[in-house]
Amino acid sequence: MARMKFLCDSERCVECNACVTACKNEHEVPWGINRRRVVTLNDGQKGERSISMACMHCEDAPCMAVCPVDCFYKTDDGVVLHSKDLCIGCGYCFYACPFGAPQYPQVGNFGSRGKMDKCTFCAGGPEADNTKEEYAKYGSNRLAEGKLPLCAEMCSTKALLAGDGDVIADIYKERVARRGYGSGAWGWATAYKTGSSA
Amino acid sequence: MLIKKSSGTPTRGRLSGLLAGSTLATMDRRGFLKASGLAAGGLAAFGALKPAMVRQAEAAPSTSPNIVKRRNICTHCSVGCTVTAEVENEVWVGQEPTWESPINLGTHCAKGAAIRELTHGDRRLKYPMKLVAGKWTRISWDQAINEIGDKLLEIRGKSGPESVYWLGSAKFSNEGGYLFRKFAAFWGTNNIDHQARICHSTTVAGVANTWGYGAMTNSYNDIHNSRAIMIMGGNPAEAHPVSMQHVLRGKEQNKAPLIVVDPRFTRTAAHATEYVRIRPGTDIPFMWGLLWHIFENGWEDKEYIRQRVYGMDEIRAEVKKWNPQEVERVVGVPGEQMKRVAELMAKNRPSTLIWCMGVTQHSMGTANVRALSVFQLALGNIGVEGGGANIFRGHCNVQGCTDLGLDVTTLPAYYGLTEGAWRHWSRVWDVDYAWMQSRFESKKMMETKGIPSTRWFDAVLVDKKDLEQNDNVKAMFFWGHGGNTVPRMPEMRTGMEKVELMVVVDPHPTTAAALPDRKDGTYLLPACTQLETRGSRTASNRSLQWGDQIVKPVFESKADHWILYKLAKKLGFEKEMFKNIKIDEGDEPNVEDILREINRGTISIGYSGQSPERLKEHMKHQADFDIVSLRATKGPLKGEFYGLPWPCWGTPEMKHPGTHVLYNTHLPVKDGGGAFRARFGVERNGVSLLADGSYPMDSEIKDGHPEFTYGLLKKMGWDKELTDAERATIERIGGNNPDGVGWAIDLSCGIIRVTMAHGVQAMGNAKARAVAFGLPDPVPVHREPIYTPRRDLVEKYPAMADRRDYRLPHLGKSIQDKDFSKDFPMILTTGRLVEYEGGGEETRSNKWLAELQQSMFVEINPADASRLGIKDGQDVWVHGPENKAKARVKALVTQRVGQGVVFMPFHFSGFWQGVDQRAKYPPGADPIVLGESANGVTSYGYDPVTHMHENKATLCRVEAA
Repeated sequence: MARMKFLCDSERCVECNACVTACKNEHEVPWGINRRRVVTLNDGQKGERSISMACMHCEDAPCMAVCPVDCFYKTDDGVVLHSKDLCIGCGYCFYACPFGAPQYPQVGNFGSRGKMDKCTFCAGGPEADNTKEEYAKYGSNRLAEGKLPLCAEMCSTKALLAGDGDVIADIYKERVARRGYGSGAWGWATAYKTGSSA
Repeated sequence: MLIKKSSGTPTRGRLSGLLAGSTLATMDRRGFLKASGLAAGGLAAFGALKPAMVRQAEAAPSTSPNIVKRRNICTHCSVGCTVTAEVENEVWVGQEPTWESPINLGTHCAKGAAIRELTHGDRRLKYPMKLVAGKWTRISWDQAINEIGDKLLEIRGKSGPESVYWLGSAKFSNEGGYLFRKFAAFWGTNNIDHQARICHSTTVAGVANTWGYGAMTNSYNDIHNSRAIMIMGGNPAEAHPVSMQHVLRGKEQNKAPLIVVDPRFTRTAAHATEYVRIRPGTDIPFMWGLLWHIFENGWEDKEYIRQRVYGMDEIRAEVKKWNPQEVERVVGVPGEQMKRVAELMAKNRPSTLIWCMGVTQHSMGTANVRALSVFQLALGNIGVEGGGANIFRGHCNVQGCTDLGLDVTTLPAYYGLTEGAWRHWSRVWDVDYAWMQSRFESKKMMETKGIPSTRWFDAVLVDKKDLEQNDNVKAMFFWGHGGNTVPRMPEMRTGMEKVELMVVVDPHPTTAAALPDRKDGTYLLPACTQLETRGSRTASNRSLQWGDQIVKPVFESKADHWILYKLAKKLGFEKEMFKNIKIDEGDEPNVEDILREINRGTISIGYSGQSPERLKEHMKHQADFDIVSLRATKGPLKGEFYGLPWPCWGTPEMKHPGTHVLYNTHLPVKDGGGAFRARFGVERNGVSLLADGSYPMDSEIKDGHPEFTYGLLKKMGWDKELTDAERATIERIGGNNPDGVGWAIDLSCGIIRVTMAHGVQAMGNAKARAVAFGLPDPVPVHREPIYTPRRDLVEKYPAMADRRDYRLPHLGKSIQDKDFSKDFPMILTTGRLVEYEGGGEETRSNKWLAELQQSMFVEINPADASRLGIKDGQDVWVHGPENKAKARVKALVTQRVGQGVVFMPFHFSGFWQGVDQRAKYPPGADPIVLGESANGVTSYGYDPVTHMHENKATLCRVEAA
């Protein structure tokens, strides 16, 4: 069974934001909600690096631990999803999340009642796969179609990797070996409790 | 706790599919992932896994019966990414990665990943409109064509055909662009231009004058072969993000140094192994400074220079002046770093040199380009894999539209405007030369260069006696062209207000609709995007890619070729113009027929072999092409290069594979090899201009030779190999002098066929010119920008004296003589952002992109900001040195720019000198994000060869607002 993970190779990320618009395109995410965003460190200075960030679908997800209504659940693939029907929009998960993933929209499908929205690893939600109801609340379900998250599939420089954690770790390791140095897979230690040297 | 069900029968993922109620049983996702061994498909293309593995993603069970997949090419930059659309009931409902494309391997940038929005965009111009007493009014297409046509004929009668300016677009397909060029010819003017003027006209002029053709010599993919990579005046991380996957792969796999030379620490520079900060406008001293170290140390490729380069000794003499001290004084780069960079480029060959608008958009742009070209010649890097002058073009079809002559100086395929050129194209068009001439004011005007797009408004505003044409420009067409793309916007705005007729043909209203205070006489015609029609476009690497229509034109928009046909009909020359082009149902000229006509005429640059049938085959078999060599390694196209990059010699039947790397002597001509073009004669002052002992592989002539004519063919005794039909065609073209018929006007392509059979390149085999006699500075010399803060350098490095060209006065020295640096002490430079493109109207109207960049800004160094009392994020005024120009923008305080330099992106418009212009757009068609235009502040300055504007080095003053 694959354990799905994200990995952003900051040596490759050029902050082109394809991941951000691919996400918007795939799920029709409304203005103001950013399931994914690109964060730039040391902007404009030597050592500038960018990282594409979204829900990392943590091993031991803090959001799940703090949710007062227990709306989160984890799929067999290790994807952390939640039920917008149960969510009360309290915002605890936002405080708990080390990656700033939870979003609280003001308008539209995604939160007229202040429901939390976040990256689903393109895996939808609790409703039946690829139903109108699932799409309206969570966006499309690519995993159910045998596809991977579009953000990673479309990443301009193949910086953002998504898929089986072992496979993407191997790809990244090979890149590091080829380069002769590695700046670490940012966020991996936090999300997956493994070595950051992946 | 909820547990997501782990099995089921997933259906299509799109809302519309769900609404339609269609379901289709598919394999379970986990089952699929397991079965395909592709748990990580999305990322496998790079890194360890071979692309072949990625292609298994095709196995994804994803289609509902109503979904069809269609392919087109991204309409943004010149990389040429394939877009795969999922269409249901003629609505574009989803976008999927195209793993098979050897160019983008599935990927996109922010713009490409958001491109589906263009065919939904509710900010599009929806129907034809006209301005009536200052109000936008909806009209029908018939009324629009009729009224515009009547007005054009009135102006033609009153002022002559030269008084209509046809500003076209790099967003046209090849077919649309070619038709637009042909249309201007049939109307009777050379006042026709497009965006190449403002992005790479100086590149085209510079490199074509050096070695033959005005194009990128290698390809994005070929950078995988580079041992060192230098990017100068380019920021591909933002302008061509998908190209960066090839650049970074070259960097990682070959441990290639990545050197970025730019006044600004760009997002590309963030990935460099060596960043060099130069002062804007000092490109030539920088290049000569590098060559100084190369010549001093003997690192140049002496044998290559002896065989293939003319005039390097004169370059040496100029380079000698640029010792490390002088370079540091002028450019600001210390000698130690200069030496390091020179050594990296010289000792890690093949090394490639990439440049963009930081080099080209200067009042000495052509000379800049020439200096960069000479640098690559000195290192023997041209004509080799991994080397090259990898010029990243801008728009999606700017290469194609340049090739097809949307240019004031030439007919399609660089034939120029001479009588010979007009006779050639009259033959292709099957019209009488005398009739063609009758469309023009005179034979003289027919052969006179037009007015460059950078200066169209000067042709409206200058005194008639200063203008070398019958009358001022009275009607202006903006056909797929922003209104904020050239400097001196205050004057341009006046020009816009003064013309009698202004027609905007575009998917969006554009700045041109909203900027001027006009009350009447403006028409907006909704053109569709290339995603809504079919046709070919030429990527930067000269590959032609065919795009299928994804959806029908939205709202009342129409394809460019439809509009041109309607207009030609109204103006009364559609019978001549469409003589050999079938008109399909709905008055639509047949796109394939247009390409066939292009094939017949563009022999000189080898656009002749890429028939619609061949191009469609290439799209179908994308997966068979190698991602480094771009050659098909299997399948029916085995041996051909992807997209038949031009030159693809001769007729489609000759099956030339296209040319991946230009001037590559390591391959036979018939297999994509070549040599420098012999287009400047055979000798000069007793020195041969032909190659010396260098020739394409398998050539029977083992030395340089001039270009082939029928006469030369006879001398070689090869004329007997012509077929009777070929000989008849040549003799018909030649009339009294068949021996004088050159290869490029031989419509039979027989001369090409026969020479190629002997391994010989019909266009000759010459040396590249380090010294380009005929150009204003045959040896490039440094000239300070005309607006410079370095008054201490003006005397030694003066601007060019005032002169005349392109029907207009052209100022240089007289402006530079005045010191503006006291009142305007900061250098202003401009550039791109990843979210937007060009004038930005289309991308600022795309909600997914607009959200990412909502404000116009100016970057300013923290030291300057603190001196001026400016805080990050606050509003500032940027004042320009001419016409009391000013713009109110947000300050972005950052070390990205050096002290004394500020940077503004050029994609914004819709604010004018602090005032919001939103109400002036037609309701509902205003872009989401508006902002001040950088060109509202930029100033005079034009390249002497092409009249490229100076957009990278002028002066300004920044004040807190």
